[in-house]
Amino acid sequence: MEHIKTIETKNLCESAKNGGCGECQTSCQSACKTSCGIANQQCENTQESK
Amino acid sequence: MIHQYRLGGYNIVIDVCSGAIHVVDEVAYDIISLFESNSKEDILSKIAEKYAGREDISADDISECYNQVCSLKEQGKLFAPDTFASMAGKLKEKTAGVVKALCLHVAHTCNLNCAYCFASQGKYHGDRAIMSFEVGKQAFDYLIKNSGTRRNLEVDFFGGEPLMNFDVVKQLVAYAREIEKEHNKNFRFTLTTNGLLIDDDVIEFANKEMSNVVLSLDGRKEIHDCYRVDYSGKGSWDRIVPKFQQLVEAREGKNYYMRGTFTHRNPDFLNDIKQMLDLGFNELSMEPVVCAQGDPAELTEDDLPIVLDQYEKLAELMLEKNKEGKPFTFYHYMIDLTGGPCIYKRISGCGSGTEYMAVTPWGDLYPCHQFVGDERFRLGDVWTGVTNTEIQDEFAACNVYAHEECKDCWARLYCSGGCAANAYHSTGSVTGVYEYGCKLFKKRMECAIMVEVAKALGTE
Repeated sequence: MEHIKTIETKNLCESAKNGGCGECQTSCQSACKTSCGIANQQCENTQESK
Repeated sequence: MIHQYRLGGYNIVIDVCSGAIHVVDEVAYDIISLFESNSKEDILSKIAEKYAGREDISADDISECYNQVCSLKEQGKLFAPDTFASMAGKLKEKTAGVVKALCLHVAHTCNLNCAYCFASQGKYHGDRAIMSFEVGKQAFDYLIKNSGTRRNLEVDFFGGEPLMNFDVVKQLVAYAREIEKEHNKNFRFTLTTNGLLIDDDVIEFANKEMSNVVLSLDGRKEIHDCYRVDYSGKGSWDRIVPKFQQLVEAREGKNYYMRGTFTHRNPDFLNDIKQMLDLGFNELSMEPVVCAQGDPAELTEDDLPIVLDQYEKLAELMLEKNKEGKPFTFYHYMIDLTGGPCIYKRISGCGSGTEYMAVTPWGDLYPCHQFVGDERFRLGDVWTGVTNTEIQDEFAACNVYAHEECKDCWARLYCSGGCAANAYHSTGSVTGVYEYGCKLFKKRMECAIMVEVAKALGTE
């Protein structure tokens, strides 16, 4: 019996290996301007393991 | 660390440090909640006792489920430890001195007189002013010179109302396009406008040059016209809505945000979102007001449960509309579970005062648009660069682990410590936390993840 379904997500631990290129959008430079978060930013690193 | 919650009919478990998200049945939900503080025997016996009357849940099921939890733990997808603290300052250290985004305050003046404006009707508690081409050009030269190897550079034309200085905006964009290739840069422009001065010329320009336009509309006419009034006190809704519709139609799929502010007057902001949808807009953002403490617009503790409920109902509405084939986006629910930011970004904070700065009409640099007007935060200017290194160092040291309250928060890798300005204005320190904002943020993340879960399972 399947008790747990795992949704596909980016592995954050793995992202440490090739991450940190800094090309992604600056957090507040979009719609909100007042209540910053980073969850909705897109990764711009084509080299990074996802 | 894990975070588990029930929403939309799903039992959701977030493994904070690996980023894994699981949808579980009730037995797994209970086992996971007991897992870290109980022995295997205790867990099995407590679960067996709880589900004793359930014929569909056998002892074997419970044992099997326990093993599945153990297996996920071994795979690093449950109870993963936080091993990121030592990396917290690394990205900013590595990129010290690199600037990649500027918010250009091309007009410290506005043709609206919105009572709730954090920028005091565009003046930022100072005199009215507009940016000259020379100052703006120097800001672009400063950005290019200090952008290191960064290719994607962001510039937001902001105010006050930037279209009150539209000629300079056009000249600056032309200048940037002229120099971007020789420097191997790619400028992405954003225009944030109240809409009053939109005409055919603006529409053509914005749709050609702006990666994004942010259009200020608070939703229902009576809500919008309560705050967003001109200097004669007349509401602006009737004048701007047709212009926004024209602009969005001509945009042919390029990004825009219909951005509203909700206040104590409309904690039931879902009605405003529905109004935006009825008007034909489908890329939406609705933000809690940022205003001085005690301002009549300020959201209160009594508003909080209403707002949290609205976020849940908004998630339900998104799923309903998806099902109907009429999807819309909500800025804070745009979460890409497989392609979102890397761990460096998630722990480094928002970048204000380091890679992102605001430029006043006369060329002064501030950590971000929300600090403009507070002299203590003046960092320098676009000619000499950052000279107030003491303040810049404060921002450079501001990462998610610098916030004491964030260390035990499940949402820390989704917000990266939150907004420095909100923290400063509510606690007096950029490493504080704006608790009210945290409560809203956490609810938004729960909702955003639930929507993605529903989409991933195809059960929406």
